[in-house]
Amino acid sequence: MLYKLAWRNIWRNKRRTFITMGSVFFAVMLAILMRSLQEGSYEKMIENVVSFYTGYVQIHKEGYWDDQVLDNSFEATPVIKTATSSLPSVNEAVPRLESFALAASDSTSEPCLVVGADPEKENVLTGLQNKLVKGDYFKTGSAGAMIAEGLSEKLQLGVGDTLVLIGSGYHGVSAAGKYPITGLVRFGSPDLNDRLVYLPLEKAQIFYGAEGRLTSYALNLSNPDDYKAVVKDLKKGLDEGQYEIMDWTEMMPELVQMIESDRGGGIIMMGVLYVIIAFGMFGTVLMMIAERQYEFGVMTAVGMKKRKLATMVGLETIFISAMGIITGAIASLPFVLYFYYNPIYLGDSMAEAYAQFGMEAVFPTSLDPAIFINQALTVLVFAVLVSIYPAIKIMQIDPVKAMHT
Amino acid sequence: MSVIITKNIYKTYPGVVPVHAVNGVSIDITEGEFTAIVGPSGSGKTTLLNIIGGLDKPTSGEVIVNNQDISQLSNNELIDFRLHNIGFVFQAYNLIPVLTAKENVEFVMLLQKRAKEERDNRVAELLDAVGLGDRMNNRPSQMSGGQQQRVAVARALAPKPKFVLADEPTANLDSTSTSNLLDIMAELNRKENITFVFSTHDQRVIDRARRVITLEDGKIVSDVTRE
Repeated sequence: MLYKLAWRNIWRNKRRTFITMGSVFFAVMLAILMRSLQEGSYEKMIENVVSFYTGYVQIHKEGYWDDQVLDNSFEATPVIKTATSSLPSVNEAVPRLESFALAASDSTSEPCLVVGADPEKENVLTGLQNKLVKGDYFKTGSAGAMIAEGLSEKLQLGVGDTLVLIGSGYHGVSAAGKYPITGLVRFGSPDLNDRLVYLPLEKAQIFYGAEGRLTSYALNLSNPDDYKAVVKDLKKGLDEGQYEIMDWTEMMPELVQMIESDRGGGIIMMGVLYVIIAFGMFGTVLMMIAERQYEFGVMTAVGMKKRKLATMVGLETIFISAMGIITGAIASLPFVLYFYYNPIYLGDSMAEAYAQFGMEAVFPTSLDPAIFINQALTVLVFAVLVSIYPAIKIMQIDPVKAMHT
Repeated sequence: MSVIITKNIYKTYPGVVPVHAVNGVSIDITEGEFTAIVGPSGSGKTTLLNIIGGLDKPTSGEVIVNNQDISQLSNNELIDFRLHNIGFVFQAYNLIPVLTAKENVEFVMLLQKRAKEERDNRVAELLDAVGLGDRMNNRPSQMSGGQQQRVAVARALAPKPKFVLADEPTANLDSTSTSNLLDIMAELNRKENITFVFSTHDQRVIDRARRVITLEDGKIVSDVTRE
């Protein structure tokens, strides 16, 4: 009965209902679009940064992340392989051995980061082959090195030239080696472009005197959103005293912080928008109860509990809001889908600036259902809050006074 | 058997000069009465009716309805008491505008959580009794004032109350509608022994009442029972 009454009551003044519904409609549509663009840009940013190098989850020897030296490497036993292959979300565990060295040509030398990696697996995780600008992609079993373009310029070396690496290996052994350059890769980030050297994993292990050892496994996930579950499962399966399992949020806290602060700004804007809408709804509800005092008086006089009356008015607010929310969400969907498949591109000059940080200057929307659900719930919460004051007024109704208005 | 007893009730509105709307009224209304409380405007008849109906509380005195002192009940208890014991007909705009005649009559029974079958039967029976069996699905805006008041009477009777209180039920009706409404109420009173108490200054109602209580300045100045 309350539902029927509430539903019919909202159509007593169609124009007012449509105006209120319209304000909710536009607020929800705008909010979904804004949030979707914002979240989409974060997803893209995370995808760019995380899949660029670190991966969503990494496994190291306990203590490696705080002190990234070869002495904190671990033996590549089948334990980790077994643990990761038992998880359906993990497509591949990509092994790496990383450390610093000095790269030299016959005229100069530069500090560099040597990454020993499995060429195929590394390519699947980071798309490394796409960054190749000259020569051939490095291969397992080959003695060739692939170096970053910036480093090659500094060393004045090109494809076919010989790169000399000198450094300190596992347990302080001297590390030295000569490697023919087979290819050049280009990174957007100047820091990486001036530093990176890729060697096939076994060559890097030999170079550092760390045969059979790794500094990390970067995990390639079938669904990046599962990273938390993967970390949780791995922590159960692996000895936590021996290994540290970290997700990208732990490895890149500055990125998380940047996203959180930006997201906070967006949410404040949404909050302002919703407060404005809430006041509009509040005005409507106040009018709705002010003009129906006599009716409320009659209803309580004949035996309707005030609690039920307040619920009825609350339902009216919720119905109007719900219609605004549903239509607003539906109306936002084509825009969200359009920008998902046709992301906003910021232009060539911005693209260059973004590339410096290893990011693409495109902003797709996010299709995360949480965005739609959150906006709907937020407006509903406001609707419920807006109903509190009228509910208090209804609870104070005196039928005699009400019927004299 | 008494259904309504008031013992020396007062209703005083405070102010620089306090107003005694009801000033020491004691009445005893028995089952099956068809009583009119009359008097000029401001005589306190509506206030008295509101107190009897549990819509208002006396400043002092006792109001005993169906052997229960309702002046001691809380506001929530009074709502429940009204729901199960009293039928109301007000002067105008009695009905819920968004409900049909049938739904308006059914409304109080729904609040009482009566079964659907019982509701349907009672609604049909009452709307037939007030001559509106064919207007069941009309909303108040599609009915005349007289028809609306007849629906209000049907609603008041739907939960089978001990008595019906009607506050100036004919104030906005023409003579034909008034006559029809009074005929219906008189017949229900005679056939089903339902007690009706009116507050009115409509001579047409007064002429049909079997007992007339006259108020002036909140006091009973006459109480006449006619055969």
